[in-house]
Amino acid sequence: MSGKRDIVLSVNGRDYKVQVEPRRTLVDAIREDCGLTGTHIGCEHGVCGACTVLVDGAPVRSCLMFAVQADGKPIRTVEGLAAGDELSVLQRAFMEHHGLQCGFCTPGFLMLITGVLEREPDIGDEELIDVLASNLCRCTGYQNIIKAVRAAVQELRAK
Amino acid sequence: MSVAGPTGWVGRSIRRLEDPALIAGRGRFTADLPAMHRVRFVRSQHAAGRIANISAPDGVMVITAADLKDVKPIRPMLHKFDYVPIGQPVLATDRVRFVGEAIAAVVAASEAEAEDAADAVEVDITPADALIDARAALADGAPLVHEEVRGNVIVKGAVETPEFAAARAGADRLLRVDVRSRRQNATPLEPRGGHAAFDPASGRVTLTCSTQMPHLTRTAVADLLGLPEAELRVIAPDVGGGFGQKMSLPPEYVLLVWLARRLQGSVAWSEDRRENLIAAFHSRDQHITLEGGFDRDGKLVSLSADVTANIGAYSCFPTTCAVEPLMAMAEMPGPYDVRGYRCTARGVLTHTCPMAPYRGVSRPVITFAIERLMNRAAASFGMEPSELRRRNLITRFPYKSATDLTFDEATYVETMELALKHIDLAEFRARQKAERARGRYLGIGLSTFSERTGYGTPAFAQRGMEITPGWETVEISMDPSGFVEARIGASPHGQGLRTTLAQIIADEIGVEPRMIRVVHGDTDRTPYGFGTFASRSLVIAGGASLLAARKVRAKLTKIAGYLLEASADDIVLEAGVAKVAGTDRSLPIESLARAAYHQLHRFNREIAPGIAESATYDPPGTFSNACHVAIVEVDPETGRVTVEKFLAAEDAGRIINPMIVDGQIHGGIAQGIANALLEEIVYDATGNVLTSTLADFLPPTAREIPPIELHHLETMSEATITRAKGVGEGGTIGAPAAVINAINDAIAPFGVEINEMPATPQRIRAVLRAAEKRP
Repeated sequence: MSGKRDIVLSVNGRDYKVQVEPRRTLVDAIREDCGLTGTHIGCEHGVCGACTVLVDGAPVRSCLMFAVQADGKPIRTVEGLAAGDELSVLQRAFMEHHGLQCGFCTPGFLMLITGVLEREPDIGDEELIDVLASNLCRCTGYQNIIKAVRAAVQELRAK
Repeated sequence: MSVAGPTGWVGRSIRRLEDPALIAGRGRFTADLPAMHRVRFVRSQHAAGRIANISAPDGVMVITAADLKDVKPIRPMLHKFDYVPIGQPVLATDRVRFVGEAIAAVVAASEAEAEDAADAVEVDITPADALIDARAALADGAPLVHEEVRGNVIVKGAVETPEFAAARAGADRLLRVDVRSRRQNATPLEPRGGHAAFDPASGRVTLTCSTQMPHLTRTAVADLLGLPEAELRVIAPDVGGGFGQKMSLPPEYVLLVWLARRLQGSVAWSEDRRENLIAAFHSRDQHITLEGGFDRDGKLVSLSADVTANIGAYSCFPTTCAVEPLMAMAEMPGPYDVRGYRCTARGVLTHTCPMAPYRGVSRPVITFAIERLMNRAAASFGMEPSELRRRNLITRFPYKSATDLTFDEATYVETMELALKHIDLAEFRARQKAERARGRYLGIGLSTFSERTGYGTPAFAQRGMEITPGWETVEISMDPSGFVEARIGASPHGQGLRTTLAQIIADEIGVEPRMIRVVHGDTDRTPYGFGTFASRSLVIAGGASLLAARKVRAKLTKIAGYLLEASADDIVLEAGVAKVAGTDRSLPIESLARAAYHQLHRFNREIAPGIAESATYDPPGTFSNACHVAIVEVDPETGRVTVEKFLAAEDAGRIINPMIVDGQIHGGIAQGIANALLEEIVYDATGNVLTSTLADFLPPTAREIPPIELHHLETMSEATITRAKGVGEGGTIGAPAAVINAINDAIAPFGVEINEMPATPQRIRAVLRAAEKRP
């Protein structure tokens, strides 16, 4: 393989200076080079969304992006959602409404929805379901994910 | 239970104790562990053939069957039904039997390098004719998948009750259905994976893997490698869903432990999605022909079934591949009363991925079959399907079935009436008629079914299983600070069992659930047990938790009686305090724990030191039940099905945590809808899997699953000591039949039926194209 490149991954406000092969995916770099294993790998072909993180504020499949493409850009992962011990509104809503069972898809859903709500706080209910249809969950049948997201949207709008 | 209902913890939707770590990205899954070596498997690209040669470039570490001469093949056993034991080598020896079968393992420093190296390994296979379809494998002269299995029939059951022949002969009419449920993959979001680490100090290996059955994994791996079990520790950390796919032993885990010992280091394998879709266990793939004899009132009097289950190329450990066909044979009549029963069920070997239990196990298919028969009969008699069911559902309990199963008290009719109450059938029929006139085709489908849960040892023994995973043990201890640890042999992976068991224990011993840590998934830390599958954990581990907690309670009240100078019988444990009933004399429970460890002198040698109790529970088994209703719209131009509404009325006995129960049912129903409409593993004629990505094999998204409405009855079961029945699989069992019945109701004006799952747009279009009638 071609030589490694020096890049800086700026994850949750902290800079990680890492050396990666050009072919290394962002999710592998986040998990293995930065040691942040909250982001999960479910399919490695961009369908399931378990690896969703925010890059420049937008949700991306980190299995479809190379780490070198994220060099220097702000990245957010599930580990950065809570402020210290204070969970985000969405995290709390997932717990209150039983929006997770095995928890494997959860980080991806949290990052997807966080990214979308930050960019489109007034998103309509039908569009929200379309957004949720970007990711796969095998445990919940989506019922309580939808309930949790609606509750979080209401709470955020009331603020 | 000492404290029931809203005054105690049981019956409340408390938040899950599992969630704080998972929600923050602090879960620990198998792939999160670092390893010195990464393993990649080289897999067969041919469905059948002989391995002529395996070669690799210099410098690549390759393990093949030639290196594993001391490793036994996986050979699960069944002692009935003409089962022929067959072996699955950990790596293919001279022959390959399905696309995806592991032939060699490559070891490298990183996953990327291991993948590169695996690509460089050349495997020369002389291909042979492949058998993909089970009925083709039964044909005279078909090649044999395993030479020792004549006719490719690895297991065969047959039953005929004495009443059958006369009942059939006397029937007013005989109706037949021929149904087919295609092949699925359980598709947990986390694929399988294992990590084996050698400890140079002890010489032991710790296998961390994404499994539903850590103790049985240890037993199996130790047996296959010829090790004492004590040299192996198996850990199931957070597991990202299982649904049955992770309750069978993957050969890959055996190889990992072997490699860790050989390399005296740590090795890891993370299954990728393609491997999971082609080579992790598959499921379903059954073909059933049913004939029902009905009397003139629409009562089923005879039932004849022919079941062919494609079991793939090998038999899974521990249940064996017989579980699908034999469960079909035992439970085909479902919740219906019929004395005249005949069934032949066979498991057939093919050159396809081995089958293993998947949520519902056989019952989604047999429920589909009998519910199609019931609707065919309703049409034949010109009745509403619900009316035909009223005439056939079991209403008297206990009920001894034609196959000798004892049905304990259940609410088959009551759940159906409850569901119908919330549907307004008359209103729907009016709307359906009006919409048909406008060229829109709506349909409603029912399914009424039972879900056998909490199988105890005798239930498994009846099947002739070598391993009868019927019981569970729970150990509960209270430490000197008053905190409680419950160590369980069950192995939850999303079911919320840490929370529900804590609720059961909390009510018994008077401390809050948050003070109870449920420890599972570690063979060094937990008592031997079988794991989490078959809707068994809340029933069996829950029962054992209750029994162990009662012993802890007895000890705490005895200690408190001593210290408060009262009779133990007068001590009440509640809200962290032990008090003498009717007085204000009390002690904090943690002070009882302190005394039990540190102040034994206070008890005149009548109390044994410490607080640690253990109990085992092995129930007879029970049946949960439910009625599912689907309302769908079928677009006859495109064959597209939209599920407009889905409703379920269920009865699983006492509900420990309503929020968690609803979550289990929601998830099960979503998988059932996907079974009916979307998910199919497709092989081509040569045995290649055409659906090896999630863009081809289609788990549903939030767009395909409609709002699910749930209603509950809570019949206090006498069959279990917690009064709770299992609820993990019911959603998956009932939903496919309800959806397919709804589709058939929608397309009834065309005079055709669809009896194949998934009912994809292509299949629905094919049926409609063949229709002679135009509405």
